[in-house]
Amino acid sequence: MPREENEPPVFGGCKLGVESKMIDSGNTAFIIVCTALVMLMTPAVGLFYGGMVRKKSIISMITLSFVAFIVVAIQWVLFGYSLAFGTDIAGFIGGADYLFMNGVGLDGDGIPDILFMVFQLVFAGLTVAILTSGFAERIKLGAFVLFALLWTTLVYDPLAHWAWGGGWASQLGALDFAGGTVVHISSGFGALVAAIVIGRRLGFGKETMKPANIPLTLIGGALLWFGWYGFNAGSELAADGIAANAFVVTTIAAAAGSLAWMALSWWHSRPSSLGMISGAVAGLVAITPGAGFVGPMAAIVIGAIAGCVCYGALLFRVKKGLDESLDAWAVHGVGGFFGALATGVFCSAAINGVDGLIYGNVNQFVIQLVDACAAVVYAMVVTYVIAIVIDKTIGLRVPEGEEYIGLDISQHGETTQM
Amino acid sequence: MKKIEAVIRPEKLEQVSDALIASGYHAMTVTDVRGRGEQRGIALQYRGREILVNLIPKVKIEIVVEDRCVDAIVKIVKTEAMTGRNGDGKIFVYDIEKCITIRDAKDGVKSEGKDDNSNEGDKKGE
Repeated sequence: MPREENEPPVFGGCKLGVESKMIDSGNTAFIIVCTALVMLMTPAVGLFYGGMVRKKSIISMITLSFVAFIVVAIQWVLFGYSLAFGTDIAGFIGGADYLFMNGVGLDGDGIPDILFMVFQLVFAGLTVAILTSGFAERIKLGAFVLFALLWTTLVYDPLAHWAWGGGWASQLGALDFAGGTVVHISSGFGALVAAIVIGRRLGFGKETMKPANIPLTLIGGALLWFGWYGFNAGSELAADGIAANAFVVTTIAAAAGSLAWMALSWWHSRPSSLGMISGAVAGLVAITPGAGFVGPMAAIVIGAIAGCVCYGALLFRVKKGLDESLDAWAVHGVGGFFGALATGVFCSAAINGVDGLIYGNVNQFVIQLVDACAAVVYAMVVTYVIAIVIDKTIGLRVPEGEEYIGLDISQHGETTQM
Repeated sequence: MKKIEAVIRPEKLEQVSDALIASGYHAMTVTDVRGRGEQRGIALQYRGREILVNLIPKVKIEIVVEDRCVDAIVKIVKTEAMTGRNGDGKIFVYDIEKCITIRDAKDGVKSEGKDDNSNEGDKKGE
């Protein structure tokens, strides 16, 4: 989306902070519902992950997602929103305009400003929840609270500003419709670094760590898919044709990703339900940045390739002996990276005014590549610094005995076993 | 006939089971259990206070075999399940009075080790 200098920040189809504001009741109703849908994705990630850990840490895994959300929710209204969407400072971060919700009112362009704020809040919360994959079954709860606060402030807020708040990426014309770079690349690559800093789980590689409750993971996957409609269609910030397009391609990419992953795992051995649902999530991730820019046939290709690429990334992760336990990197990181590039390949002027590589626009592809690589490097470096600092001060990891007993009992004093 | 009953760490089950199969001992019954030993569980520190988790998840293996197989099986379980730390578990050996296979109502157990060719008594396999 080409933008004029000094034009107000653009998010989806909506301009922010323009004079002559008018609230549209249809759009407002739609975004309120979408916000609730996206909120549901955070506990959905918890259930999705919770089913994949061992029985002794299920409660902990689900709780980490909730904790991510509640920490970010408060951070966001205090200063996070302002850092992401305040007046641009050097293309890197937002200014102090909206600290403590100053100037975030009930009026706005199309939808109330305060609704835009909370719609963005649920995205920020979800992103930190995805990252908990790298800490599974071994993080100290207190350390995680601190990590979530620092990470959302130092990684998520700048990235959101770059893409949506008028930062350098949006000035460059990078396309990220619903958060492929901001949400999925950042959390996926962040999880990889987090897992490396905190270290492998006790007995990783020696013992089998079978998922304790696959139906729980399937429920989480279903809720994620459901919530994703709010995530992608809602990112248009209006109830219009592009929102409908986003809804359609979201469905198609998820199905294609799921089929592709299932086919590959069928070929390898038996098609696991875990592979089927992981493929769906891979498709959803990959279509996210392009949902408002690509058409349904492109969505089949994007979803199917994402299913294959993420499956390959998972095998690579396992082969390397990395305990990025629940594959946020393979699915969200790699899928988000691929999706950012695919947007530059398949986006079509007929849908949202920008052509991609297949229509001869090489420039857009290069912009997508630069944006995605910058996000990967920034997320990995800053996550590393935050994780190391916390590890050297209060310590990231629980003592060995607590890890052996499981985080449910050691961190929460609760247990799922009778 | 003896029954070997071993309470071991759950994460060691696969290793023990694989080793038993590799030596030709296939039959076993496995149960998830919880329990404690002389250490009364595991003590965790919480805000300076000690919290005792006094029932730890374990796995119980039961194997019924001819007397002469007992030593070999006990040795396998001991080797494979051992970490050398508290909580490795216990092995108990009982006398078995009678064992009846329900399918054909025959008495006795089939128990052949890898190096044990003398057990031709019940060769009616599947």
